[in-house]
Amino acid sequence: MSVLLQQLANGVVQGALIALIALGYTMVYGIIQLINFAHGEVFMVSSYGGLATFTLLPDDLKKSPAVALPLMFLGGIVIAVIVAVIMERFAYRPLRNAPRLAPLITALGVSVFLQEAVRVWYPNATSNLPYPKVFPEGSLSLGPINVPWTGVLLVVLSVGLSVILQTYINQSRMGRAMRATAQDPDTAKLMGVNPDRVIVLTFIIGAALAGVAGVMFGGYLNNINIDMGFQNGIFAFTAAVLGGVGSIRGAVIGAFIIGLIKTLAGQYMPGGTQYDYVWIFVVLILVLVFRPQGLFGEPERVRA
Amino acid sequence: MRKHSVKSAAIVGAALLVLAACGSNKNESSGNNGGSCDTSKGTLTVGVVAPLSGNLSALGIGIKQSAELAVDEANKKCTVKGYKLTVSAQDDEANPAKGAQAATKLSTDPNVIGVVGTLNSSVAQTVQPILRDKKIPQVSPANTNPTLTRGNDFLTAPKRQFDNYFRVCTTDDLQGPYAANYLVEKAGKKKIAIITDGKTYGEGLAAELSKQVAKKGGTIVGSEKVGEKDTDFSGVISKIKALAPEAVYYGGEYPVAGPLSKQMASAGLNVPLMGGDGIFDGKFIELGGKEGDLATSVGAPTESLATAKAFVDAYKAKFGKEDYAAYGAFSYDAANAIIGALAATLNGGDWAEGKREDMLTNVGKYSGSGATGEVKFDQYGDSTNKVLTVYQVTSGKWKDVQTGTFSG
Repeated sequence: MSVLLQQLANGVVQGALIALIALGYTMVYGIIQLINFAHGEVFMVSSYGGLATFTLLPDDLKKSPAVALPLMFLGGIVIAVIVAVIMERFAYRPLRNAPRLAPLITALGVSVFLQEAVRVWYPNATSNLPYPKVFPEGSLSLGPINVPWTGVLLVVLSVGLSVILQTYINQSRMGRAMRATAQDPDTAKLMGVNPDRVIVLTFIIGAALAGVAGVMFGGYLNNINIDMGFQNGIFAFTAAVLGGVGSIRGAVIGAFIIGLIKTLAGQYMPGGTQYDYVWIFVVLILVLVFRPQGLFGEPERVRA
Repeated sequence: MRKHSVKSAAIVGAALLVLAACGSNKNESSGNNGGSCDTSKGTLTVGVVAPLSGNLSALGIGIKQSAELAVDEANKKCTVKGYKLTVSAQDDEANPAKGAQAATKLSTDPNVIGVVGTLNSSVAQTVQPILRDKKIPQVSPANTNPTLTRGNDFLTAPKRQFDNYFRVCTTDDLQGPYAANYLVEKAGKKKIAIITDGKTYGEGLAAELSKQVAKKGGTIVGSEKVGEKDTDFSGVISKIKALAPEAVYYGGEYPVAGPLSKQMASAGLNVPLMGGDGIFDGKFIELGGKEGDLATSVGAPTESLATAKAFVDAYKAKFGKEDYAAYGAFSYDAANAIIGALAATLNGGDWAEGKREDMLTNVGKYSGSGATGEVKFDQYGDSTNKVLTVYQVTSGKWKDVQTGTFSG
């Protein structure tokens, strides 16, 4: 029993991380029907951004987590947003009216570019880099369950930010403009919505969430490497598809489902942790066979 | 006007050539200590295949630079009459497919006299046959999988696999059991859990350890696998924790082992993690290796061997840092075995590809005193030096706790 509870807790923490990244996939898809494969790399770059911020801090600030930690988040988010804005402006905007395949291939290209750029230019990025020890140490013990404080923080941030995002999109003026653009960009334009602004904002929000995820990833797992973007990007993308790509709620729930499948299958299915990825994709395939639009997605609209 | 610009381009070009010539002259004279050796017959190449980029690059670069040191010293001492030696280092990224490319590239060069490498046993498996086809001797500083030299039945029916393959380090069939003896007998850990990364090296090590643990009266309470690129091990750790092991043995390398050890501690599984030579690196501690974690490594501690001191001093003088890593001294010895065999093969004569057959014989017969002790090969190509050391993380550093040979 205690093992089950512990694995459930592990799954929730993994899901929280995936959810933060999956939001970026699902929002961008909702607005411009682009699977932004480079989003995983934005997450990775933000993690290095947070680390670089820490490295650049003066020594006395390094010792004070209350200052260093928020600055690292800020650094990670700023780097992620800058990368995302440049990416949108120069890689995707010129292809806005091109066939859908063109930006998709571009996204793959941007992804490889970002990964190699970090590998070549970030000092010692060719191997794992340890993350600074400014995060709360120790763990929360609830009976038999043990969750590191960084894991707790990750879940709180992930759920909190998703709720804020959902509220923002449903209630703010800009959120309404986003929904309008997602439904029909041409009509939205006629109603006075500036689609370029809406799209840039979408990329910025997605990148900021990935930035939080990037820094938290370093804090939770103590290490970062240049492959982390690809691997977690695939999970996040899968979560978005599972939940119904374009749906905020779907991406978050999809992410928690994936986190839980990973840890529970690792514990209880034959083959153990060696085959946990297999079960994630088995569930994905089953969902897509019986409900192609995903759990919370709308059926594909045909654009006029 | 047009003529004029062509002319000035020609002048600039000529000037560049002169500069380039000056540059290379300068390099040469500093390379062989004032050009006192006769290098009239040309240049011969010692190949290196190791991971120069990627997660294991700390180990790979130690291998490359130590081989360069050996070649440099040979050039200064005129060990090979008439030839200048150089190192051609190829990156295998710890990836068997990349290793095959690197080996193919080296094997097409008629001036390659031997190859130092690889780091990973899995990469060695693809490199061995490529070099064998060209009869190029390969001396590994770090491959510890016993099947590479003695085949699948290495204990009961050993059979030499590749007549061009040698290694200067000892093997997992000794390293695994040596670790098992330490854990069960010395540290008193009877319940041991195993985690591996599924690669040739880690699996071999863990399999040999399991056998010996059972023999000594311990139990393997469970065994799990992690992916080489995994970062979150909470699932595996929770599974293992439920089995209440007294120690965890990890078959694999430090990029996974470091974070794994740290995550074990934060999940409340406060038992030592032990591994083989693949986790014996400063990077392991940097990435999360904790106090009390253990590793076996091949040979005696480099710093404590009298024969190693000269190597360490020369390395520091050449590279300014002591980053020769776990296999530097072995790589230095491997390169020297190749150079020594070359000197014996040529014996003042000229190099030709046809002499590679003699090279193989001479590497097999090589005997010298190197940075890791005596360097000699047995009939399978294995090192006759079977010394192993257990290290423990003590106040943030690896410290040797036991050195010896495995004796059942």
